[in-house]
Amino acid sequence: MKKPIYLDNHATTPVDPRVLEAMLPYFTEKFGNAASRNHSYGWEAEQAVERAREQIAELIGASPKEIVFTSGATESDNLAIKGVAEMYAERGDHIITVTTEHKAVLDACKHLQKQGRRVTYLPVNRDGLIDLDELRRAITERTILISVMWANNEIGVLQPIREIGRIARERGVLFHTDATQAVGKVPVNVEQDNVDLMSLSAHKMYGPKGVGALYVRRKNPRVQLAPQMDGGGHERGMRSGTLNVPGIVGFGEACAICRREMAEEGLRLAALRDRLKDRLLAELDEVYVNGSLEHRLPNNLNMSFAYVEGESLMMAMKDVAVSSGSACTSATLEPSYVLKALGVGDDLAHTSIRFGLGRFNTAEEIDYVAGQVIEAVRRLRELSPLYEMAKEGVVLKKVKWPQQ
Amino acid sequence: MYSEKVLDHYTNPRNVGSLDKSDPSVGTGMVGAPECGDVMKLQIKVDEDQGVIVDAKFKTFGCGSAIASSSLATEWLKGRTIDQALEIRNTDIVSELSLPPVKVHCSVLAEDAIKAAIEDYKRKRAARQDGGR
Repeated sequence: MKKPIYLDNHATTPVDPRVLEAMLPYFTEKFGNAASRNHSYGWEAEQAVERAREQIAELIGASPKEIVFTSGATESDNLAIKGVAEMYAERGDHIITVTTEHKAVLDACKHLQKQGRRVTYLPVNRDGLIDLDELRRAITERTILISVMWANNEIGVLQPIREIGRIARERGVLFHTDATQAVGKVPVNVEQDNVDLMSLSAHKMYGPKGVGALYVRRKNPRVQLAPQMDGGGHERGMRSGTLNVPGIVGFGEACAICRREMAEEGLRLAALRDRLKDRLLAELDEVYVNGSLEHRLPNNLNMSFAYVEGESLMMAMKDVAVSSGSACTSATLEPSYVLKALGVGDDLAHTSIRFGLGRFNTAEEIDYVAGQVIEAVRRLRELSPLYEMAKEGVVLKKVKWPQQ
Repeated sequence: MYSEKVLDHYTNPRNVGSLDKSDPSVGTGMVGAPECGDVMKLQIKVDEDQGVIVDAKFKTFGCGSAIASSSLATEWLKGRTIDQALEIRNTDIVSELSLPPVKVHCSVLAEDAIKAAIEDYKRKRAARQDGGR
């Protein structure tokens, strides 16, 4: 077993060796610029890019021409949101999104608010899901875009994308989804799911970092975007800049592998995830799963371990690489805004750990991790004044804390 | 990310535990809040005749640096008089543990916990003396 055991696959994934193999020739022998039209180096690169475009399109049920390459999902989110706001400024100035979105979406929306656009941030319920009636009510004559992520990066909760897309279509509003965590993990089909714009990232699906894509619907309706990067007019004018050919080749290969293996991999990872969850719930008291278990990525588990602060818990599990909803290292000291949006109290948000399972995790690793977590939680609870108080019967919610 | 000394205190925390809150020679300080991600309970036991802290215990809910700061504080408290204990500054803890700027608040909390424990002890003693009259 290689240690630390990597269970942070929502942050990034390792490049699959098959992906790397596909990429390698494009660094050295086949190094051409895909925009070079006058020699075979350029043609070769262009051909590779077009093949990757097909592989990506196939995975999401799109046409290759609808794929715009970017540097990653953050850029795709920015291009979709700002590009629509600018292009459709005459039609309206209102955007609807959700409080639990990734910062790339939230901050792009905030940027537009500063410029005078209006943004509605829909709340989520205890499970992390939006209320479709609330979405319907939020749509006005001036609404031009709905942006709702497919799968949440912290809690793995899957929003009802198909229904949201249907509502958007009925009301003539464009629908963007940040599907960074979903593509390659769960079935995604832009036609069946009524998606107009979709952000993707290679490095969350065993491809390389620094490459992503924006799916932009070409018909029914034809979506137009104001480019956010000016230059040579690459990617049908929507995103200028020389294409990252090796990265794109890797992205394509990563998609092809996901298409073949996703169904089986999803079942395997869900079983491993449940094995971890069930053991932690069985052996520890006052442990809570955050977010819906039903509408969830197969590889995500987010749990709060009451009375044990998340960062110290990660420190105790030194052979395990995970991340925490506690923000003890951030300057603001604010715990996860996603968990807060679910109504998880700050006290429990500080005790949360995100486990992100991936293609290369084994049952042996999961059992080892479960053991480490259990041992660490028990040790830290011995150190926790809160656990001691709770065991004495003190109701912590009723305590008047000096620094509140 | 963590200094050797933080790791040492975190891995082998000194003086973990609880003293009897109702003991008149024990002062208890509880600072922080669960919502802020840090709660420290620090207790001192004072030898009344000598005015010296003979024992100190802590329990902390918080990050590794918070645990290390309170562990270090209990080490430093033992053997000090009340006045000497009040001289401990958060900046001493910062430099001893090489805490980075984002972790300075952990040391502040430890200083607050020391002061709260001493206040509690003094309050108890004053109450007793009043009662004795």
